[in-house]
Amino acid sequence: MIKPVNQKAWWLVLPVVICVAFSAILPLMTVVNYSVQDIISPERRVFVGTEWFVSVLRDEELHSAMVRQLVYSFAVLAVEVPLGIALALAMPAAGWRASATLVLVALSLLIPWNVVGTIWQIFGRSDIGLLGAALQAIGLEYSYTGNPTHAWLTVLAMDVWHWTPLVALLCYAGLRAIPDAFYQAAQIDGASRLAVFRYIQLPKLRGVLMIAVLLRFMDSFMIYTEPFVLTGGGPGNATTFLSQYLTQKAVGQFDLGPAAAFSLIYFLIILLFCFVLYNWMQRVGTHSTGTAASDAGERGAV
Amino acid sequence: MKGAHWRNVFLTSYLVFALLPIYWMVNMSFRTNEDILSSFSFFPKHFTWANYAVIFTDPAWYSGYINSLIYVAINMVISVTVALPAAYAFSRYRFLGDRHVFFWLLTNRMTPPAIFLLPFFQLYSTVGLMDTHLAVALAHLVFNVPLAVWILEGFMSGIPREIDETAYIDGYTFPRFFLKIFLPLIKAGIGVTAFFCFMFSWVELLLARTLTSVNAKPIVATMTRTVSASGMDWAVLAAAGVLTIVPGAIVIWFVRHYIAKGFAMGRV
Repeated sequence: MIKPVNQKAWWLVLPVVICVAFSAILPLMTVVNYSVQDIISPERRVFVGTEWFVSVLRDEELHSAMVRQLVYSFAVLAVEVPLGIALALAMPAAGWRASATLVLVALSLLIPWNVVGTIWQIFGRSDIGLLGAALQAIGLEYSYTGNPTHAWLTVLAMDVWHWTPLVALLCYAGLRAIPDAFYQAAQIDGASRLAVFRYIQLPKLRGVLMIAVLLRFMDSFMIYTEPFVLTGGGPGNATTFLSQYLTQKAVGQFDLGPAAAFSLIYFLIILLFCFVLYNWMQRVGTHSTGTAASDAGERGAV
Repeated sequence: MKGAHWRNVFLTSYLVFALLPIYWMVNMSFRTNEDILSSFSFFPKHFTWANYAVIFTDPAWYSGYINSLIYVAINMVISVTVALPAAYAFSRYRFLGDRHVFFWLLTNRMTPPAIFLLPFFQLYSTVGLMDTHLAVALAHLVFNVPLAVWILEGFMSGIPREIDETAYIDGYTFPRFFLKIFLPLIKAGIGVTAFFCFMFSWVELLLARTLTSVNAKPIVATMTRTVSASGMDWAVLAAAGVLTIVPGAIVIWFVRHYIAKGFAMGRV
C-alpha cells in the first residue's frame, strides 16, 4: 500500500512540532555551545574547538564503560524481548483474569526508579532479603556488594523484573488488535500454533515490537538511577554504565565542557544504534508480511 | 490442553517473580526500621501502621502525591491530544520531510534527560514558570509526546485505510470521522499510550526535582528525604513506595478494557 501525498497533513503534525521544539531545540543548542568552550567562569569562556571531543574519545575508562554498556544493553534485549512476547501470549485474552493479570504485570513499572533500587538493595541482602537469603540457602555465596558477577547479574535481574512488563504490555495490546478473521483464515488453512505465531502474530506485532525494542534499547543505554542506588557502580566499576560515568564527570568534577562533549557523543551513539535497529527491523518486517495467511486474513477482514 | 497447562505454569511463575520484590516492599512498610535491619522475616512480627501515619499526617509528604498527580495529568492530556492528529498524519499520508520529522521526534526520546537540565532551568526561570506544575508537565512533553506519537502511529497503521475511504464516501467530514469512527477503533492504542505517558512522567525524578522547590514538589523528590545523616529510613520509604504504585494501578484498571478488548474489526 502506498500512502497518498498530502501536504496538508503538516497541519496535523504542527502542534507536536511546536510542543517538542519549544523544549528540545534550545537545550540541545546550549549543549553544543558548551561542548566547544572551556568555561572557566560564567564570564570567561574560551573557544576550544574539538579539543573536548578528542580528549573524551581517547579516554580509556570511557571505552571500558562503553563495552560494559553495550554488553548490558544487548543482554537486556536478549532476555526481555522473548520473555515479554511469551508473557503477552500467555496472558488471558478476556474476562476478570485478563484484567487482574494486566494490573499485576504492570505494577513494577509504576515504582519510582530510586525506590526500585532501594527495594532490591534489601531484597538481595543475604541476611534480611528474600532473594539473598534464598540463594544463600541453596548454597551460593551470593553477595551483590562483593562479587562483580553477582552485582552485574543482580542489576540485570532487576532490569528484567522492572521492564519486561513494558514489552509484554505493548505486545499484549498488539495481539488484541489482530482481527479474528486472521485466526479464522488460519484455522481454515489448518495452520499449526507455530505457524499462526510465525505468519500472523509476529508480522502483526512488528510495529509494537519495534517500539518495545527501541525503547528498551535506549532506556537501558541511559540507565542510571537503579544501579546507582543498588550498587553505586561497584564493586570496582563492574556496574558503572555510561550515564553514571557521565554524571561523575559533569557533577563530580565540574567539567562542563568535556561533559557536554561526552553527552553529544553519547547521544550520537544511541542515535546510530537506534537508526540501525530501526532500519533493520523495518526490512525484516516487510519480508515476512504479505504471506498467504495474512492476505487471506486481510480479505476476510474487509 | 497441554499447551494451556504450560501457559498457566509459565504465567504463574512469572507473576511470582514479579510480585515477590513488591511483596517485600509491602512487608517492609509494616515493620519498624530496627525490625527490618535485624531479622529476616516473611511477615511483619511487630505489625505497625506508623510508617503510613507519617506520610498521611505530614503535609510535606502527602502534598507530594498531589503535586505529582497534577503535573502527570496535565502532561498526559496534552501529550495524547497533540499526538493523536500527528500520528494519524504519519500513518496515512506522505508529506514534505515526514520521515525526517518522525525520526527527529524519536531522537528527543533518546536524549538523556540530564542534557536538558541546565537549559530547562534557565528557560523556565526566564519565563517565570519555575516551581509550577505546568513547568514539569511541559518539560515531560519532551519524552512523552514523541512516545505517544510513536505508539499511536503503530496502532493506526494497523487499521486498513479502506475504513477511512469508506467513511469519506459515506459523507463523513474529517473531524467527525476521526472522533466517531477512528478513535473507537484505536482505543487499545490510546489506553496503552495514556498509561505509558502516565508512567514515564510519574517515575521521572531528575527534571521534576530540578524544576520545583516547594509548591510543586513531586513525591519522587520528597522521597529523597528518607536518606539522612542518621541513616536510611527504610520503613517510611517502603510505605511511600507502596503508595506510589496505587495511582498507576488505578490508571491501568481504567484503561484495562481498552487494552484487553483491542479493536473489533468485524463489528464495524
